[in-house]
Amino acid sequence: MGEIEIVLPAASSAAVSTDGKLVGLLIISGLITLLVTCLIGLFAVRYRRGSEASRDRLPNWFAHDLETVWTLATVGLFVAIFAWAASQDFALAVPPEESVEIHVVGKQWMWKAEHPGGQREINELHVPAEETVELVLNSQDVIHSFYVPAFRLKQDVVPGHTTRMRFHTEKIGTYRLFCAEYCGTQHSAMIGRVVVMAKEDYADWLTRQPEGDDLKEDGKKLFVAKGCAGCHYGSSKVRAPRLAGVYGSQVPLSDGRLVTADDAYIRDSILQPKRDVVAGFEPIMPSFAGALTEGELVSLTAYIRSLAVTETNR
Amino acid sequence: MSDIPYRDVDVQGEKPGGRLMEESYLGEKFSIWSWLTTTDHKRIGILYLLSTTLFFFIGGAAATLIRLELFTPAGDLLTDDGYNKVFTLHGVVMVWFFLVPVIPSVLGNFLIPLMLGAKDLAFPRLNLMSWYLNIIGGGFAVWAMLAGGVDTGWTFYTPYSTAFANSHVSLTAIGVFISGFSTIATGVNMIVTVHTMRPPGMGWFRMPLFVWAIYATSLIMLLSTPVLAMVLTLLVTERLLGLGIFDPNRGGDPILFQHLFWFYSHPAVYIMILPGMGVVTEVITCFSRRRVFGYAAMVYALLAIAVIGFFVWGHHMFTSGQSMYASLTFSFLSFIVAVPSAIKVFNWIATMYRGQITFEASMLYAMGFVGLFTMGGLTGLFLASVPVDLHLHDTYFVVAHFHYIMVGGMVSAFFAGLHFWWPKITGRLYPETAAQIAALLMFFGFNLTFFPQYILGNIGMPRRYHAYPDAFQVWHVLSSAGAVILAAAYLMPLGYLVWSLIWGKRAPSNPWRASGLEWETDSPPPKHNFLTNPTIEGSVYDYHPAQEPRREPADD
Amino acid sequence: MTEAHATTAASANHATVSPALASHFHDLRQQHAAADLGLWIFLATEILFFGGLFAAYLVYAVLYPDGFLEAAAETEIVIGTINTALLLTSGLAAALAVKAAGADMRRSVMVLIAVTIGLGVVFLGAKGYEYWLDLGHHLYPTSPDFPLAAPPAKLFWSLYWMMTGLHAVHILVGLGTWGVVLFQTFRRSFSLTDNSRVRIAGLYWGFVDVMWLFIWPLLYLMGRAT
Repeated sequence: MGEIEIVLPAASSAAVSTDGKLVGLLIISGLITLLVTCLIGLFAVRYRRGSEASRDRLPNWFAHDLETVWTLATVGLFVAIFAWAASQDFALAVPPEESVEIHVVGKQWMWKAEHPGGQREINELHVPAEETVELVLNSQDVIHSFYVPAFRLKQDVVPGHTTRMRFHTEKIGTYRLFCAEYCGTQHSAMIGRVVVMAKEDYADWLTRQPEGDDLKEDGKKLFVAKGCAGCHYGSSKVRAPRLAGVYGSQVPLSDGRLVTADDAYIRDSILQPKRDVVAGFEPIMPSFAGALTEGELVSLTAYIRSLAVTETNR
Repeated sequence: MSDIPYRDVDVQGEKPGGRLMEESYLGEKFSIWSWLTTTDHKRIGILYLLSTTLFFFIGGAAATLIRLELFTPAGDLLTDDGYNKVFTLHGVVMVWFFLVPVIPSVLGNFLIPLMLGAKDLAFPRLNLMSWYLNIIGGGFAVWAMLAGGVDTGWTFYTPYSTAFANSHVSLTAIGVFISGFSTIATGVNMIVTVHTMRPPGMGWFRMPLFVWAIYATSLIMLLSTPVLAMVLTLLVTERLLGLGIFDPNRGGDPILFQHLFWFYSHPAVYIMILPGMGVVTEVITCFSRRRVFGYAAMVYALLAIAVIGFFVWGHHMFTSGQSMYASLTFSFLSFIVAVPSAIKVFNWIATMYRGQITFEASMLYAMGFVGLFTMGGLTGLFLASVPVDLHLHDTYFVVAHFHYIMVGGMVSAFFAGLHFWWPKITGRLYPETAAQIAALLMFFGFNLTFFPQYILGNIGMPRRYHAYPDAFQVWHVLSSAGAVILAAAYLMPLGYLVWSLIWGKRAPSNPWRASGLEWETDSPPPKHNFLTNPTIEGSVYDYHPAQEPRREPADD
Repeated sequence: MTEAHATTAASANHATVSPALASHFHDLRQQHAAADLGLWIFLATEILFFGGLFAAYLVYAVLYPDGFLEAAAETEIVIGTINTALLLTSGLAAALAVKAAGADMRRSVMVLIAVTIGLGVVFLGAKGYEYWLDLGHHLYPTSPDFPLAAPPAKLFWSLYWMMTGLHAVHILVGLGTWGVVLFQTFRRSFSLTDNSRVRIAGLYWGFVDVMWLFIWPLLYLMGRAT
């Protein structure tokens, strides 16, 4: 039998404030449970059949007023707890100045992470301490859920969607990583660890990793290999939008809408090209759904993102 | 079932002469065929009692396997696949073939016409059909289990269930689909009966709260179950015909499945708990010998839960990536839906105030219900708070939470009701001391089983794990030990209740001196329930021991 | 059994007891109220059943407006519209049959039910022909030659088959019910005025009609908007 664990380490800033809520709720519900238990116990003893306690008639206002009082008290208490808990959501919803963005792909039954520099790892995630990290999550097959108890955070990883999970790391250490959404036979083997390292150690660690291709370099190769360049490159005959400078810009669509070309838009345009057709172009692009793995999509997106940077004066 | 020898089951001989005589519903005809084609609501209630008991022990066997497997951190007793199939079976059988039908279809079937002074439910043949649908649905589920099992979990999340699982998903889904129509049939029957068959003199606000609870439950059944039927239809057609409504590779969205599924399944939680609240109200008033505190508030609370319960489904999806505003709205509504539950808890306790309390087994179960339901409800607040749920969602905390409601609440309430009305149903008294011991054992076994799971969830143990890190073991061992006690506590009533059928003392028509029309007829009731038309005088729960004045003039 | 209900019926001021009265009801009024309420509630569940499907349609139509318009242009609008007319006319016949039953006009009831059934069968025939055309155009989502490129088109056609298929199943159930009622009317096996059978069948048929009035614009008319 392993060592007994009762208290989880709090390794992210969210963990600290969530623990505050948890303890608060624990105290409130503990008190209410205690009250309920004591009252049941007290009445059971005091008003057992034949006991001496008074059963005088209660005044008429008693029932009505008591009902009103505890209804209002419960409403007030519950709304207050809600507001207290919701305040944390609003605080966390503010996007940070800058963050380390790491792409994570869930598949039956492993986690694959890819750092901005192209370093890859499986069932492990190394992150710098005292830093905001944003995970960009995709699934290759079924729904998974990225759960780090020490961060008090989990985020479902849904096929067909890109979800994000943001946390600010606080404490150096190694923490458990679970898949929290049932995903098939080896669901309980889809586990790993998250290593929070000092910034210098993290930088060190990155350089020690095998020289993986840079994400965007990878994407550039794919751009040619998968035939994207045939249409979306300068000299091609087919009329298709150029991609330089597209990322982050406002794109007018054929139906008059205006969308921001972000990661999700790029991804959707590759998988469902007919959904949001750019104004002035024909909907002729075939879908690449099934032709690209999640990892390849991530690389392609990274490449298209990098094209925005080179085009500075748009 | 008709092989159980009811000796002297007709109570004619005992009656002081002069009254109209009719054979009891049990003694009337005895062949198996007469039971299988009966349209008597009481006999159908008994059929449901037998079938839900069977499903309870199938689901219980699966639970036993789960607890045995989790005794050690390594996945050694079952394979991973085997474990997944066992917990799926446990969920499917317990939810749809035990918890949903157990109180409405067993006690509700038996008691609603009696409590309303009616001869039967509005549609007796529909009632029998609903039992057959339940059996056929359960048959499909058991067939799927014998053919190799299902491994999707009872929630059938797509795209795993549609595109990846190789097990008998369609078969199980069809079983659940069929049983859904059984639920709808019961719901229609109950609502129409309550609306059209109340006796003269029994206005809406003079009905027993058990009737109100079944009425509110039926409303939820009718409005939510069809959505489950549709979502299962889409699931099965996606598996069998390749229609891609939920398949991301064909433009579909797996999150839509979750919305539709929880639109049913969250209200379904209230299908499982409201009838229990009704039972507990009857039991607590009877053994406290007090009028229920705040009758009108109790009614409005039931209806409020039934209505608001439809608007909180999104709290199952806080981690799915839905927008923060959607999450906060669902979070707010989830806090609001907890208010009527809290009101009910306070009213039960206030009913005991200045009572003349005795501690028959039903009362022990009911008091256990109030405590456990309170704990289950309060831990629901944790899960309704978005940031806390991000941590606790899909961990053992959730498992503990809903078992406190479903097992600590609903199963306790069922046992409370079963013991309370057992003399009425069978005409026999059960042995009181044995029943009290079983009730206490169940309470302690339950807490030992499920309280450690709150701690497990809080230290991060995810659900549906077949092997787990060593550090979690001590809590799992405690939980498994509790499960042994719990299993023993569930087997005890099976023993002494069956014993009472043969050797139990014959029950008088009102052994608890309870109020309510069902106690005015014989135990067991005659085939047509009442030999003379029952009369309604005063309000329900007219318990007035010497010390208490008859009634307070302000009738809420 | 007869004894028991005779006493209660007498207490409810009924001199003679109709054979249509089931033994557990006090009087016919109560029995009719129960039957009507039961069917209305059942129809409420049916609306929620289709509601799940309509919700799915709505979500995807909002998500993929263009794909849905494009796919919806491929449905057979002529057959769909003729079918709408057929079904509405049969609905009229059904409503008249209910009225006639209330007035105890046995012959009219039989004729009107026959008309209802006839129109329903023609509806199903036309629907079958339409399905045959759709299959010929490979307009089913698992077809390797599915003619529309955009993924949402497959979603639309999945929903098309589900909606019309489930509706056709309801038509079949309705026709079966009418068949039984017609046969029983012919055999004079129930009293038209004391029994709510014709009204119940009529209500159900009305529901099936109304469902089609939601399906028709969604599947057939929407694609012709531009």
